[in-house]
Amino acid sequence: MRRTPPIRVLSRALSIAAATLLLAACADTAGDTAQGTAGCEAYQQYGTFKDKKVSLYSGIVAPEDEPHINSYKNFERCTGIQVEFQGEKEFDTQVQVRIKGGNPPDLAIFAQPGLVKQLVETGKAVQAPDTVVANVKKFWSESWQGYVTVNGKVYGAPLGANVKSFVWYSPKEFKAKGYTVPKTLDELKTLSEKIAAGGQKPWCVGIGSGDATGWPVTDWMEDMMLRLSGPKAYDDWVNHTIPFNGPEATGALDAVGEYLKNPAFVNGGLGDVKSVASTQFQDAGLPILQGQCSLHRQGSFYAQNWPKGVNVSPDGDIYAFYFPSKDDTSKPVLGGGEFVVAFSDRPEVKAFQTFLASDTWANEKVASTPGGGWISANTGMDASKLTNPIDKLSAQILQDPKSVFRYDGSDQMPGAVGTNAFWKQGTNWVTGQSTKATLDAIEAAWPK
Amino acid sequence: MQAISERSATARKRLSSPIASLATVVIAVLWSLPTAGLLVTSFRPQADIQRTGWWTATSFTLDNYRQVLESQTSGRSLSQAFVNSVVITLPSVLAPLAIALIAAYALAWIDFKGRDLLFVLIFALQIVPIQVTLIPLLNLYVDAGLAGTYWPVWISHTVYSLPLAIFLLHNFMRGLPKELVEAARVDGAGHVQIFLRVLAPLLVPAVAAFGIFQFLWVWNDLLVALTFANTPGTNPMTVALANLAGSRGSAWYLLSAAAFVSMLLPLIVFLSMQRFFVRGLLAGSVKG
Repeated sequence: MRRTPPIRVLSRALSIAAATLLLAACADTAGDTAQGTAGCEAYQQYGTFKDKKVSLYSGIVAPEDEPHINSYKNFERCTGIQVEFQGEKEFDTQVQVRIKGGNPPDLAIFAQPGLVKQLVETGKAVQAPDTVVANVKKFWSESWQGYVTVNGKVYGAPLGANVKSFVWYSPKEFKAKGYTVPKTLDELKTLSEKIAAGGQKPWCVGIGSGDATGWPVTDWMEDMMLRLSGPKAYDDWVNHTIPFNGPEATGALDAVGEYLKNPAFVNGGLGDVKSVASTQFQDAGLPILQGQCSLHRQGSFYAQNWPKGVNVSPDGDIYAFYFPSKDDTSKPVLGGGEFVVAFSDRPEVKAFQTFLASDTWANEKVASTPGGGWISANTGMDASKLTNPIDKLSAQILQDPKSVFRYDGSDQMPGAVGTNAFWKQGTNWVTGQSTKATLDAIEAAWPK
Repeated sequence: MQAISERSATARKRLSSPIASLATVVIAVLWSLPTAGLLVTSFRPQADIQRTGWWTATSFTLDNYRQVLESQTSGRSLSQAFVNSVVITLPSVLAPLAIALIAAYALAWIDFKGRDLLFVLIFALQIVPIQVTLIPLLNLYVDAGLAGTYWPVWISHTVYSLPLAIFLLHNFMRGLPKELVEAARVDGAGHVQIFLRVLAPLLVPAVAAFGIFQFLWVWNDLLVALTFANTPGTNPMTVALANLAGSRGSAWYLLSAAAFVSMLLPLIVFLSMQRFFVRGLLAGSVKG
C-alpha cells in the first residue's frame, strides 16, 4: 500500500515525542547526581531508606502544587524516600474510586473532616502511628485535633489552613472616600448603608461554582451563626443536636438575607439580586477593581483570584478585613483546612506522614511558597517568615488568643446536607425562596 | 417513474438552489460560532475574559498559550502528557481494530452454530454503560498487579470499543459481493488468504473510518484515563489540561487556550483522513 501523508506526520510526531522523553529522562538523572547530606540534621529522626516510594494524592493542582513538591525536596534528599505527588481536579470522586477499586494512594489530602470520618467507617483508613499522634498533640490546638480524631483514635494530621471570615475591599477607595474598616456587625451595616446612599451597590456576591453552586451561601450563614448565637450553638447546629431550622439558624439566615437579598446592597457591577446565583464565585470580587462595588466576603484563598499586577496589601488596591463580630467581647473565626490520611503503614509512609505533621515541614512549606497563599495552624510555624500580607493577617487571626476558631460547618455535616441540600436550597433561597421553606427543606434532608 | 439520470438532475437542482445554499451557510455559521468564540477567547487577556464576552474583544495576547505550554501537573510538563496521550492512543486504536477485523470476518463469512446469537450478544454489549464497569475492572487490574502501568487503560479502551468495531466492520464485510469470496474459495484460497488478499484491500475505508472514530474518542477521553491511567507518569493531555483550571478554579481563563492545544493533533488527523471518514461511515451503515 501507498504510504500516506498522515502516517508520515504521525511518525514525525512520534519521533519528536520520543526525543522529548529522552530529554526528560536525561534531566532527571542530572538532578539525582546533585545529592548530599548537608543540612540533614533535622531529618535524622526519620531514618534512611533505599529505593522506597510514597505516593501522595490530593486535589492540589498548579500553581499550588509546585510549592508542595518543593517543600519535601530536603526530606527526599536526606531520607532517600521518593515522594510521588499527584494533584488532580477530580480528586474528590477519583479518590473514592481508587479506594473502592483496591488501589488507594499511600497518603491522601482531604479538605473535609466529615469525609475522614466516613473513610474510617469503611475501614480503609489506617490509624496514625504514634509518631504522628505525638506531633498532632504537640503542634495543633484541641479543636484541630478533634477533626482528625474518630472514636477516640487519631486517623491523620492537619496540614494547611485558611481563614474564611474575610471581607475584601480596596484600601485606596476607603481612603479616598473616607470609609473606615468596621469593627462590629452594626458598623458593617452602617457602612453598607452609607455606600448605598452614595448611589453605589456596596456588595458584590457570586455563588456560582459548577455543581457546587451555592457553597458561598453556606459560608455566609455559618459566619452569621457564629456571630449571632455563639460557638456553642454553632457546634450544636453542625452536629444536629439542635434542629437545622431552629430559631438560631433562622436568625442567622435572615441576617444574611439583609445583605444578599437586599436590592440596595447587591450586586455591584454584576446586576440585580438574581445575579448573585448566576455569577461565578471566582469572578464575583473583581468589580471592586473597577470601583463598581466596595465589599466582597470570601476566604483568604481568594487572594489567588486577583489578576496579576494587582497590589494586595494594607494600603494597596486590594486587601481584606476580618468579618466583624457582634461586639468586641468575642472574635469567632470561620475557617477550613486540609488533613492527611494514610492508607498504608509501610515504614517509609509512616516516616513521611510524621514529617508532614512536624514543624519542620510547616516551615519548609512557608519557605517554598515565596509568593504566599499558604498557612498552617501548626503552632510550630514561624509566622514571622510569612511574606504575603494576607497570609500574615490570616496567621495573626488564627494565633490571636481571643480568636475562637470553628471549622466550616458544611464540610463537617453529612454529605447529603453539607455538599447537597445546603448548597441547592441556599441557591433557591437567593433566587426568592423564603427562609422558612429553605431551612425546613434542609432539615428534611438530614439523614435520620 | 423517473429515470435515474433525471432524478439525479432534479436532486442537483434542488440541492444547489439559493435557499438550500443559504440554509447551509446559516447552519455552518451557527455550528462553528461557539468554536470561533472559543478561539477568540483563547487570545484575550485574563482580565478581559473574566469581565466581558468574546464578541467585545479588542486586545489580544499570546499569554494564555504560553502559560498552557509551560504548565506543569504534579511536577510533569505538558510534553510528557502529550507523549502519554500518544502512547495511550496508538495501541488503543490498533488493538481493537486487529481483534475486530478477525472477529468480523468470522461472523460474516464463516458459518458456525450460534453465529447470529453471538453477533447479537456482542452488539447488545454496547448497551452496558462503561461507568458501571469502572470499579470492578479496576479491582481486576489491581489483583493482576497492573495498576500504575499503561496496560489497564489500553485493555479498557480495547474492551469498550470492540462491540461497535465488530458491528461496523461486520456490516461492511457483509456488504461486499459474495461472489468475490466464493471465487477465491473455488481457486483454493483458505480463510487467511481470503482475508488478506481479497478482503483487506476493500476494507481500507471502513478501517480508516473506525480508526478515526476510535482515535478521537481515546484522545478526548477523560473518564477512562482518570480511572485507569491514574498516576502522574501515565496521565494523558486531557487530565493535564483539566488540572490547569487551578485548585479552586482561579485559572479557568486558560481553558480556552488549552482546548485548542489539545485539538491540534485530532484536527490534523481528521483533516488529512476525512475523505475516508465520510465514505467509510456511509459504507458501514447502509447494507448494500
